[in-house]
Amino acid sequence: MSDTFDLIVVGGGPGGYVAALRASQLGMSVAIVESTHFGGVCLNWGCIPTKALLRSSEIHHLLHDLGTFGFSAENVSFDLPKIVARSRGIARRMGGGIAHLLKKAKVTTFDGRAKLAGRAGEAHKVSITKDGAEVAVIKSPNVILATGARGRQLPGLETDGKLIWGAREAMTPAELPKRLLVIGSGAIGIEFASFYRNMGSEVTIAEVADRILIAEDPEISAAARKAFEKQGMKIITGAKVGPLQKGENEVSTTIESASGTIDLTVDRVICAVGIVGNVEDLGLEGTKVQVDRTHIITDGFCRTAEPGIYAIGDVAGAPWLAHKASHEGILCVEKIAGRSPQPLHALNIPGCTYSRPQIASVGLSEEKAIASGHKVRVGRFPFMANGKAVAMGETEGMVKTVFDATTGELLGAHMIGAEVTEMIQGYVIARTGELTEAELIETVFPHPTISETMHEATLAAFDGPLHI
Amino acid sequence: MATDILMPALSPTMTEGKLARWLKNEGDKVSAGDVIAEIETDKATMEVEAVDEGILGRILVQEGIEGVAVNTPIAVLVEEGEDVPAASSGQTPAIVAPAAEPVAASTPPASAKAASREESSERIFVSPLAKRMAKDRGIALGSLNGTGPNGRILKRDVEKSGNAAPVAPKAAPATAVAIEGDVKRVPNSTMRKVIARRLTESKTQVPHFYVSVDIELDALLALRSKLNATAEDNSFKISVNDMMIKAVGLALKKQPGLNVQFTDAETLHFENVDISMAVSIPEGLITPIIRNADLKSLREISREAKDLAKRARAGKLKPEEFQGGTFSISNMGMFGVRDFAAIINPPQAGILAIASGEKRAVVRGDQLAIATVMTATLSVDHRAVDGALGAQWLNALRDIVQNPYTLVV
Repeated sequence: MSDTFDLIVVGGGPGGYVAALRASQLGMSVAIVESTHFGGVCLNWGCIPTKALLRSSEIHHLLHDLGTFGFSAENVSFDLPKIVARSRGIARRMGGGIAHLLKKAKVTTFDGRAKLAGRAGEAHKVSITKDGAEVAVIKSPNVILATGARGRQLPGLETDGKLIWGAREAMTPAELPKRLLVIGSGAIGIEFASFYRNMGSEVTIAEVADRILIAEDPEISAAARKAFEKQGMKIITGAKVGPLQKGENEVSTTIESASGTIDLTVDRVICAVGIVGNVEDLGLEGTKVQVDRTHIITDGFCRTAEPGIYAIGDVAGAPWLAHKASHEGILCVEKIAGRSPQPLHALNIPGCTYSRPQIASVGLSEEKAIASGHKVRVGRFPFMANGKAVAMGETEGMVKTVFDATTGELLGAHMIGAEVTEMIQGYVIARTGELTEAELIETVFPHPTISETMHEATLAAFDGPLHI
Repeated sequence: MATDILMPALSPTMTEGKLARWLKNEGDKVSAGDVIAEIETDKATMEVEAVDEGILGRILVQEGIEGVAVNTPIAVLVEEGEDVPAASSGQTPAIVAPAAEPVAASTPPASAKAASREESSERIFVSPLAKRMAKDRGIALGSLNGTGPNGRILKRDVEKSGNAAPVAPKAAPATAVAIEGDVKRVPNSTMRKVIARRLTESKTQVPHFYVSVDIELDALLALRSKLNATAEDNSFKISVNDMMIKAVGLALKKQPGLNVQFTDAETLHFENVDISMAVSIPEGLITPIIRNADLKSLREISREAKDLAKRARAGKLKPEEFQGGTFSISNMGMFGVRDFAAIINPPQAGILAIASGEKRAVVRGDQLAIATVMTATLSVDHRAVDGALGAQWLNALRDIVQNPYTLVV
């Protein structure tokens, strides 16, 4: 086997493995180095296993609402280890799928940690170690760093695997915590809060900012808060969490906020306070690669300041989303192959939170659109006025659109409610294709679907909605 | 019969304006004298009145569109029950580029000019947004270089081709490692653009020279207190600025050599003394005029100045209230500045920059004394006025301010 490749990919997450597959498609010889498991955090400890858990909690919620749909059942119960086992099984199965895809694409895989080890002529050398011993040195003119990110550890809030959980512990509970504190209300914190609340835990969310889901339009944040509080969650914003006093099997703390200071004792704490990029031990010192805090600095085509070294996905900075990593992987490889890909437009990347209700958005919030100098037209439409949503018993939700009043450009779309994560792509296509309100209004939406709310929210911004 | 409502010329010099706001909607009934829209010119927001009655059949130029040339049809007025034409009724000559046609949901076929270009060449790939923006700006699609997938023309390609309009933050440049920090992009208002253009013109084309003088204010301040003390129920309150307007008016009467305007062929000497006073407003700066400042009483000046400043801040000045003027005053006394130099407001030949009055040590005979002193700096167009005259004028002004009784006699 040759030790020289057209491309070396470091990291086998949704950025790295997709880059490797695309490179193989374009006829390159590709090596991929992965230290733990293919699929990365997304597939093993993030997106996919949490969706499996959230599906179980959604069923749990429906089982407790059977009367609404004309059913009755007694002694409905669940077996948490089985729910967790299902989630782990799905992660394993998907991971196996990726190994198969890489094999089929004739990508050479290496098990170990990779580190840049200087140059050999035009090529970069990459040293691979396993358990501290070097197992191989491979070379390529092109190296893509796709090493991902990990949960941020704040002093005093470090996860300990027992009482203070990170995402891994939170998705493999041995038993259901009766009382749970979630620190941080980004997508990860909110999804765990939603899972545990739907399974029956008493959940408190502490968020340092003045509203939850800070990346979303404030109106959607407010709607989400209202929905979660209605489900019985306790939400404290502008919260300062005091020292965590660990007991035998519980944690006590005080939370300060504008509404006063409260003492709180819970069984478990989930810490979801952001992420940091995995930039350590990559051998960046010997290169011109620039790192800003914990993220590698790149241009629109994922190039670093060192020729031949690229970075994609979480390690290259926000937004920390699997689909952003995959897309960057593809465009980076296409650029290396001499094609003419389009640089990624940050405002065309959708964000999704799979809580109940779901939240999804793309583009600018109303306030950001105004702040960046746009004259806007805003449309809103509630699920309450949509036939399918009512039939499904999912009346909690709304769609909000923000258009440029002059050009008709869809500046942003913000949704909350059932299945919005499946629908947001409609607006993402509109943004990517640079459609205006005219094309959205012309589009025939199928009836009855919840997606009709997307049509109505566009009409609401212009001619006026029909069904309200 | 359908008639066009044209972009009005709200002042003799206006060539184009921005359609700031429609106050009537399509389908609304209008009567003669109804205010139907607001137009933003380079300095103010003006109202447009309907001259006929009828139904506002179709709005041709949408809100927010800039650079609408005078006499462009902006809407079509129809009679009740009459069919609404898709575009201009054709009762008036064809018009200049921006937004000649509706920008509404149902986009009518492209204009004849654009269509012929498109037909004559290969199929043009263009996003709906880029197509609309190009049309609004009067840019032929054939002239654009598409940078999207398969050479598709995108919004950014239209924006790159010029014709300023709100611009969204662009993707990082493709060629080098360059990370853009967070930049808030605020499109320049019409007023900001005019300020930029006119002051650049002034600083590059008018040779400025500057003369400064210190003026003692104690006598003027004492007079002001006495005058204001006579006001019953606060019926008036004269400010230092009001008194300076009058003093400058009198100085221009006494030394008329600065009340002039330079043109290539001749220098114009004005009989009237009309003082433009710079008023700072959130969008920038505007210079409403106190006409015949030398002839008006302090009370009249005070009342007029207050009213003009208030309406200037509300954007409600009429063109004749800020266009013209023979000399300008810029007063930054309220900001605690020691001195500053102002840029001449063309085509005028001079502007006086007034700084703060402050207690300073002055020498009288061989004694040190304390006086309230203000530094005034005159900027003069050297093409029309020479240094000695500038100095003489400043001396005349100082005499008037330091012996302020002439302001009331």
